Amino acid sequence: MYSYTDFDEAFVRNRVTQFRGQVARRIDGSLTEDEFKPLRLMNGLYLQLHAYMLRVAVPYGTLNSTQLRKLAEIADKWDKGYGHVTTRQNMQYNWPKLNDVPDILDALADVEMHAIQTSGNTIRNVTADHFAGAAADEIEDPRPIAELLRQWSTDHPEFQFLPRKFKFAVTGSSTDRAVTRAHDIGLRMVRNDAGEPGFEVIVGGGLGRTPMAGKIIRGFLPKADLLPYVEAIVSVYNLLGRRDNKYKARIKITVHENGLDRIQELVEARFDTLRVQFGGIDQTILAGIERQFSPPTYIPKSVKAFEVAYKSDPVFRSWADTNIAEHKAADYTIVTVSLKAIGQTPGDVTSDQMRALADLARKYSHDELRFSHEQNIILPHVHRGDLADIHAALKSVGLATANIGLVSDIIACPGMDYCALATARSIPVAQAIASRFDELKMEHEIGPLKIKISGCINACGHHHVGHIGILGLDRAGVENYQVTLGGDSTETFVIGKRAGPGFAYDEIVPAVERLIMAYLDLRTSEDEVFLKTYQRLGAEPFVDALYPKQDQANAA
Amino acid sequence: MARPFTPKVVTANDLTQGDVVYFTAQGSWTREHEQAELFEDEAHAQLCLLNAQSQGDIVGAYLADAQPGPNGPQPVHFREAFRAIGPSNYAHGKQEDATHV
Repeated sequence: MYSYTDFDEAFVRNRVTQFRGQVARRIDGSLTEDEFKPLRLMNGLYLQLHAYMLRVAVPYGTLNSTQLRKLAEIADKWDKGYGHVTTRQNMQYNWPKLNDVPDILDALADVEMHAIQTSGNTIRNVTADHFAGAAADEIEDPRPIAELLRQWSTDHPEFQFLPRKFKFAVTGSSTDRAVTRAHDIGLRMVRNDAGEPGFEVIVGGGLGRTPMAGKIIRGFLPKADLLPYVEAIVSVYNLLGRRDNKYKARIKITVHENGLDRIQELVEARFDTLRVQFGGIDQTILAGIERQFSPPTYIPKSVKAFEVAYKSDPVFRSWADTNIAEHKAADYTIVTVSLKAIGQTPGDVTSDQMRALADLARKYSHDELRFSHEQNIILPHVHRGDLADIHAALKSVGLATANIGLVSDIIACPGMDYCALATARSIPVAQAIASRFDELKMEHEIGPLKIKISGCINACGHHHVGHIGILGLDRAGVENYQVTLGGDSTETFVIGKRAGPGFAYDEIVPAVERLIMAYLDLRTSEDEVFLKTYQRLGAEPFVDALYPKQDQANAA
Repeated sequence: MARPFTPKVVTANDLTQGDVVYFTAQGSWTREHEQAELFEDEAHAQLCLLNAQSQGDIVGAYLADAQPGPNGPQPVHFREAFRAIGPSNYAHGKQEDATHV
């Protein structure tokens, strides 16, 4: 993992000192809210419905046990004993007090963390594949590049006042777990004909009001050219992007309005200038970063404990079958710890749970953890022989839910329970869907299914790319939920299609149930997952299930 | 044709605590929706909003629809109803404070 240099440490500390002064001047009245708001947003502090909210950056979702312990301590000392893992791999605190925030930021700085550029019209926290450095299908660990991007974008003088926010996602695998097609810039590591690693550069993707799949602006970019090339993209956008209309300000609209060819031309011209100016300094820095991401030392040992538990304990077996992914090293696995216990708030983790996870990471996962954009926590380097002990420890803190990738592993934004932008609630809908399918005991029978819920059109809950997406809206003063179908967040990216009119709050769970029951009737076998059945048959039979005809409804 | 004025309260968030507050007839701030002053007259509401906005210890004052209730004004829109109570996933916010009384 990356460790701060003296420069990083001084930069973060100076920013805390600066913000402490700004908060003091706001409270004593020397700064108005209009003056203070951009300053607090630069430091990740929002004012939400019931309280302030602090968004802490977890760069590319990676953290160690000391950092997670500190997040737990902050939750206990200055918040309500929990944190919320977001779809951008950050951690949000829902209840900080303004005058405590400088102390919270200092506490974060103690463990090399911050909340800088988690808001505002800047380059935001760079997200990455949550299995980075561990996945079996990976070309290279993408995190050194993500760290390079973080250093380059932090306080980048040219990019502090972009037309709108700007989000990067990076993956080193052919399987896209980082939703690269829905980012302002998505980077997918690929090899060229000579077998050298480089990047497919995707630009202008995004969800929100105008969902668009990102377009490939460069099919293969040599690794060494990455930084000048992305700087060229952002600088072209900075000049060309619209500042007259907030809803047309993202780069997806710039690309759409100017055409990919025009953008490509401008980017390549700018790149020619910048490449010379960079002069290789970025590669020297990258080499230093890469040394800090050397893979852990894997230990050969017995897997007997796993085999015994797998045979004898059905609860462990179910968990191991669902929450474990293939690791690049023999006898190692990737454990996804579900933050979706049935009936709980997706992505919430208590301070006790954080401490338990920190202990497990230190003992069993080379001191590493990841926050995933699917709002779960990953132990990335776990020996198969330790899985039974880990499962027992997780069970004791309510973290052993065996539901990864299943119907109750729902992404849900905070929605109108917290968010000032929301138009309807998300969390209770997620809770109710999970509880309903738990009652029916059908989750494992249904199989892989991604439900994603957003409480407004901005789509933090990624509803457009859910197999089943749910969007909460305000229709004439009442919560109303629209369903989209057939979305796909992976390398076979698809933006889902709206099925029809929305459902009232008390109708949405039965509607989802009808949809899933229809799928069970329609699938050719248990191996045909929901998305495949949808792709084979199209929307029609699912729409029929969502909106039963009146005579059928009466007969039922 | 201008829409007829519907009754309103002035609401905002507290500067340091961040929680929801309402403007009272005495010109102070309260945590209770029912303690708020209900404005039936648009000109008076706008004037009080200006007064409220000029106060330094609150953020983002605005007029929200409300209706008379047995113990004082009640929220009309569900967003204001949530602001007046707290989130629905935990008993935090105002509902938590209420249980401590």
